[in-house]
Amino acid sequence: MVADPVALQLAAELFPNGISRYAVGGLLVGLGAVVIYVGTGIPAGASTFLESTLSYVSEQSRFQQYVASRDWRVVFTLGIVLGALAFAATVQSGVVTTSLYEPGTTGELYEIGGVTLWTTDVQAWRLLVGGVFVGIGTRIGKGCTSGHGVCGVGSASKTSLVGVLTFLTVAIVTAQLVAALGVSP
Amino acid sequence: MSEDRHPLFMPLILVGGLIFGFGLGFSQMARPEVVLHFLQFEDFGLLFVMFGAAIVSGIAFAVMPRVRDSAPLTGDRYERRLKPFDRNVLIGGAIFGVGWGLSGICPGAAYASLGVGNVAILWAISGMFLGAYLQGRWRSRVSNPDSVTAGAD
Repeated sequence: MVADPVALQLAAELFPNGISRYAVGGLLVGLGAVVIYVGTGIPAGASTFLESTLSYVSEQSRFQQYVASRDWRVVFTLGIVLGALAFAATVQSGVVTTSLYEPGTTGELYEIGGVTLWTTDVQAWRLLVGGVFVGIGTRIGKGCTSGHGVCGVGSASKTSLVGVLTFLTVAIVTAQLVAALGVSP
Repeated sequence: MSEDRHPLFMPLILVGGLIFGFGLGFSQMARPEVVLHFLQFEDFGLLFVMFGAAIVSGIAFAVMPRVRDSAPLTGDRYERRLKPFDRNVLIGGAIFGVGWGLSGICPGAAYASLGVGNVAILWAISGMFLGAYLQGRWRSRVSNPDSVTAGAD
């Protein structure tokens, strides 16, 4: 097979880790949302879990509106954690190998009970402060990367498209600024 | 939504979450560094995750309402996910963007990150709960949320 060297070089620059792990992972994320939607009619987003779970411990009126959905949202989130753990125990641990998966070189790998786990190098203050902004922003903005980005864009919702463009643009500017200030990782 | 749910409701939610979380792990969206590399234009792979997922879910959102009236486990009507647009979408989106750009984490990916062993992500999850709590307290107290929108940046 003869491949265009210019296209190959461009692909190598834009996608240094290939595209298959991203495409396969994205299809699975979409499939998870589809399974829930087909069975229940619910377009599931991940960020409402924050408010709905707070309704267990807070009497604030803002959280009480989520009492009806809080139980299944806990199960959904538990599923996400366990699904990622299943990934760690199989593909990340090398028990299952596939040419579609590019392992990557970020963070630190460590092992517990034969399972290869991974932890980030990104500094704790970035995670904490970023988390606070994410928590405030998704709740004011009515959605996050799964609610707006996957379910909303999938529904061709104009609100969600505007939401995604807004947070994507601001996130790019923020990340570039933080990097320009020499903060790494 | 009725109180007595179908016995398969919770198992199905769990299975959906498992696939969702496995996908977030496989795509490495559970790694904040990979998200930050995307935002810094070093690796555009994240586009395939978001659009790949949106295309798959979009097919279901388009097809299911034509095939059936209501979902088997809830009896809820199949509807598209449409939320009303107002300036909160822009304000909230911008605040979320600052957080996403600073940390490389978003809610779903943060839960998945815990699953791949990233204990440090508890900082981010704590932060998200704190942020959601602060926002909820504020919303509960302010009867007219549109009257206080300063400090959006």
